[in-house]
Amino acid sequence: MNNNGILVVAVSSRGVLPPATYELVSAGRALAAALKQPLYAAVLSEKASALAPELAARGVEKVYAVESPALAGFCAETFAKAAAAAAEKAGASRVLLASNVAGRELAARLAVLLKAGLAADVSELLPDGKVRRPYYSGNLVAEVEFKTPVAVMTMAPMAYPRAEKAGAPGGVEALAFDAGAPKTKFASFQPETSNEIDMGSAERIVAGGRGLGGPDGFKPVFALAHALGAAVGASRAAVDAGWIPYKHQVGLTGRSVRPKLYLAVGISGQIQHLAGMSSSGTIVAVNTDKDCPLMQMANVAVQGDYAELIPAITEEVKKRKGAPVSA
Amino acid sequence: MGLHIVVCVKSTPSSVNLPVDAATGQPKTAGVPAIMNPYDEYAVEEAVRLKERVAGSTATVVTVGAESAAEVLREAVARGCDGGVLVAGPEFEGGDSYATSLALSAAIKKLHSEKPVHLVLFGKNTSDAGAGVVGSQTAAWLDWASASAVKKIETVDESSARVLRTMEDGVDAVDLTLPACVSTVKEINEPRLPSLKGKMAAKKAVFPKWTAAELGLQAGQVGKAGAAAVTVKAATPPARPAGVTVEGASASEKAQKLVDILIERKLI
Repeated sequence: MNNNGILVVAVSSRGVLPPATYELVSAGRALAAALKQPLYAAVLSEKASALAPELAARGVEKVYAVESPALAGFCAETFAKAAAAAAEKAGASRVLLASNVAGRELAARLAVLLKAGLAADVSELLPDGKVRRPYYSGNLVAEVEFKTPVAVMTMAPMAYPRAEKAGAPGGVEALAFDAGAPKTKFASFQPETSNEIDMGSAERIVAGGRGLGGPDGFKPVFALAHALGAAVGASRAAVDAGWIPYKHQVGLTGRSVRPKLYLAVGISGQIQHLAGMSSSGTIVAVNTDKDCPLMQMANVAVQGDYAELIPAITEEVKKRKGAPVSA
Repeated sequence: MGLHIVVCVKSTPSSVNLPVDAATGQPKTAGVPAIMNPYDEYAVEEAVRLKERVAGSTATVVTVGAESAAEVLREAVARGCDGGVLVAGPEFEGGDSYATSLALSAAIKKLHSEKPVHLVLFGKNTSDAGAGVVGSQTAAWLDWASASAVKKIETVDESSARVLRTMEDGVDAVDLTLPACVSTVKEINEPRLPSLKGKMAAKKAVFPKWTAAELGLQAGQVGKAGAAAVTVKAATPPARPAGVTVEGASASEKAQKLVDILIERKLI
């Protein structure tokens, strides 16, 4: 390997490329420019050749389409072998993956196959090749240096914008790999029945906490989220109380999110919650207690009773969205 | 027969709110009490539940780090594990996920040769480094099956297991040929507190200590020397700009002003 190239690894989810893939391309472009290396991508999918042109059109020099029936459902053991084949073919010095369940599991196994250093949840790529990532549950930011010729990293969601189509499309090359006899097998997938937006890729999140008083308190929160086109999050207190399922939990034992807008309703902002959302773009807090940590850290604080405020905000959003917005 | 379950745990500072030492650029952990990484409680609990589920099973806890980490092995025994192994010494300190998973895999290999291992359980991530990758990396070193974000071990026998993995958009069922490494999420169970019997057992427990040499590893492969990604410095995140408070006589007035701000900032 000559270790000259940035490789973005795209894993299709239920047959499509998740939006985070395009964030990886932006991050890859920035890194390729800083390190003066070419940008490559690999699509690992049962229908990779159909998906590859989407990436090739976004400023990627060459896309390796790794297509195999073995890549139909996610299994880190098999996907890591496919990604390693692409990394070796590209001679990559840096491999970028998404910080979701699949990306993290794949990155971990890939790092061992490539004998590469690994940094997870990277929020910033520095021009000298170092990266920044959360440390001590987000209370600190670590600067990480790689000691190996190849480095693998998962990129925090929303840290980089989604790459648009740019310039002449790059080439697409089919790449085979040896799946061997995997000991891990994807069996089946049970989708969430709801049409809710996933927090990880949401640009807006409306989250509720203990201040909502009970499961019914989430009804206006869902209504506001619907009006805003936002995902719904929750504090641990609300999840532990059984008001809303665990998958909505933001914070230390839940998900880490960084939407452009995080609107917290009735969440006081314990340190465990802040760890999961403090890098959001704009934080709006709605709370009766103006002195609670989240109201103190918020970009916009609204003091008052959520039961009156949230329906009022929902109405206002609907009204403005329906009417032309005056500048 | 039963299963041999190995649980990997880490000793972490009891607080994650630590100042940074200006001279070293590292968080000041001196004097901060160490605890078992909170997410590891779920892995320990799951091992104990598997013991209850499959008769004749054994749970062994393993940790890599400083010698003081023996205390977290004791905690795991108090919670119901049968015994533990301390992979410790100065050479193991300061490792990253790469070096630590290599040391864990070597220890698991040794345990496996003494008494075949079926499942290796891990917490979701640690409260300090927090990458959540060590379980899958350990599996890669061992060339074993693995799954992460597991919320349920649906079926398990001595040769295979089916686990349910929490994905962003639903739940995957994954089949594992054993031995395998499984990283858990907190949905998997509700950890119980140590029992009196467990505490008595923990008090009396003696843990063998394995060094790098005993695991067939060079000192340069583990700890700080073996790290492939090094935290050169840490800093507190930049402070957020001071916020504004939306004032208004009524809920609708406040709502109007808030939506004005959101539109102005192009957030809706």
